Amino acid sequence: MAYIPLVLAAVIIGWFVASYNKLVRFRNQIRNAWHQIDVQLKRRYDLIPNLVEVVKDYMSYEQETLTKVIEARGAALSAKGPAAQAKAEGVLTETLKSLFAVVENYPELKANQNVSALQEELSGTENKISFARQFYNDSVMTYNNAIQSIPTNFIASFFNFGPEAYFETEPESRAVPKANLR
Amino acid sequence: MSGIAPACPRCGGINRPGADLCYLCREPLGPYPAPVAAPSPNGGPAAPDPAASLRGGSAFVGASPLPSESRPRLRPVPMLLFTEAARHNVRMSVLLFVLLFAVFFLLGTAIGGAFGNAGTGLGLSFVLYAILGVTAYFSGSSIVLSVHGAQEAGAEAHRQLRNVVEEMAIAAGVPPPKAYVIPTPGLNAFAAGRRPEEASVAVTTGLLDRLSREELQGVIAHELAHIKSRDTLYNVCAAVLVGSVALLSDLFLRGSLWGRRGRSAGGRGGGGGNAAFFVLALLLAVLAPLAARFLQMSISRQREFHADAAAAGFTRNPLGLASALEKIAAGGAHVPGENRGTQHLFIVNPLRAFGPDASALMSTHPPTEVRIQRLRAMGGFAAGA
Repeated sequence: MAYIPLVLAAVIIGWFVASYNKLVRFRNQIRNAWHQIDVQLKRRYDLIPNLVEVVKDYMSYEQETLTKVIEARGAALSAKGPAAQAKAEGVLTETLKSLFAVVENYPELKANQNVSALQEELSGTENKISFARQFYNDSVMTYNNAIQSIPTNFIASFFNFGPEAYFETEPESRAVPKANLR
Repeated sequence: MSGIAPACPRCGGINRPGADLCYLCREPLGPYPAPVAAPSPNGGPAAPDPAASLRGGSAFVGASPLPSESRPRLRPVPMLLFTEAARHNVRMSVLLFVLLFAVFFLLGTAIGGAFGNAGTGLGLSFVLYAILGVTAYFSGSSIVLSVHGAQEAGAEAHRQLRNVVEEMAIAAGVPPPKAYVIPTPGLNAFAAGRRPEEASVAVTTGLLDRLSREELQGVIAHELAHIKSRDTLYNVCAAVLVGSVALLSDLFLRGSLWGRRGRSAGGRGGGGGNAAFFVLALLLAVLAPLAARFLQMSISRQREFHADAAAAGFTRNPLGLASALEKIAAGGAHVPGENRGTQHLFIVNPLRAFGPDASALMSTHPPTEVRIQRLRAMGGFAAGA
């Protein structure tokens, strides 16, 4: 009978360690997910000059669209703070979309292998950015669920595991998008 | 939810109680036991769709323009806990190795004993077991890949496939697996690998040609769900361990039936050796269907539903996978090297993709129609339309 308290103590300590480690794992996953977003954003910045280089010879009449893309890229690169960056990223996405819409008007450009490859790379990167954000938000949800629900919330409050913020889009991007009838 | 859900006589799809036509194939369902205006079990007659409260935002409810006839009935999708599924698969794999050890122990003793030397039989069977086990665990994936003629996807030629694999790996939160291509017009895909860190995904060129980017995303997400829950560990070990029994028996049977005359004409060996060979062939012939049956029984068809649901979670687009499955079912799922040992690996069973067997109880996969139906139901949930 004397070993019962010992066993109980071992169980409680084991649970305590396991829960603490779980919270640490969740929190690190969030940080990793956040950096994954940055990796993909960086990749997009790197791809844009290549695209502009390839299409600019064909698109002498569309200089305006190209300058907009380059300007948006520069603005996104130099944006400070998450909110400003999110906004600049949104602008960049929009200008890229209009650039690809213009590419549709140039048959010889559409047929160009380099352009279609770059287009695939860019849309792949766009997808990766949004999937990375989705994974970040999923990770935040798992973590927040863990630190707010009984019994792990005791450990969380004891060791100062605060709730993490979700990645959110700018209010204007929630507006109904224009229909693309193609 | 207590009403009796009528199953479609044609496709086996489970319909809402009181539906006239099958939600899936539009087959009339005939007389149904429950009255049409069945009151909801926990509310008044005008109780709203119970799913509406699940949708949370009222925007979705208001924006749902579908007539009640075609609105899919929402059913709870089982929660997929990847860590739990992974643990289960590791346990199952260990069990598989132990079980096979027992089989080899018994067979080795029995065969050895029948020929007067149980020790030799036992020793030989252990050596065979060791070879088989090591092969299954360490090179099972590459064996499975090469059996089906998969080649590594080139960076230039299969840019889109590689991008989609990377995208879905990010969504699933696992390292990107290696992408392989099987050059064949059939539509199919499978995943292999002991751990997520060293996994591979193979798709047929027919699939790449016929599927849109969104549909391909759905297929790859399904495979990544298998990888993340480590279904691939068990699947590949089972394929090599159990599949080799089926394969051996096929070889022996063909050898003993077709090759017998040729061998005896060659005047080879003594009578004793031939007898042993014959006994072994007979034994394998009996064992092979049992092994195949065991394989089918041990593969939970539930895991395909799980992977579909997880894929919908990764892509947030269940309709992409639904239409991919539709195309696969319509376009033919055959792959080179398809056999009973590896049929369970694929996204749609290549041996039973269609035909009367498709919904048979003993299949490794649930009927594709039911999978599509469930994904559609999720799509109705996600998009409100």
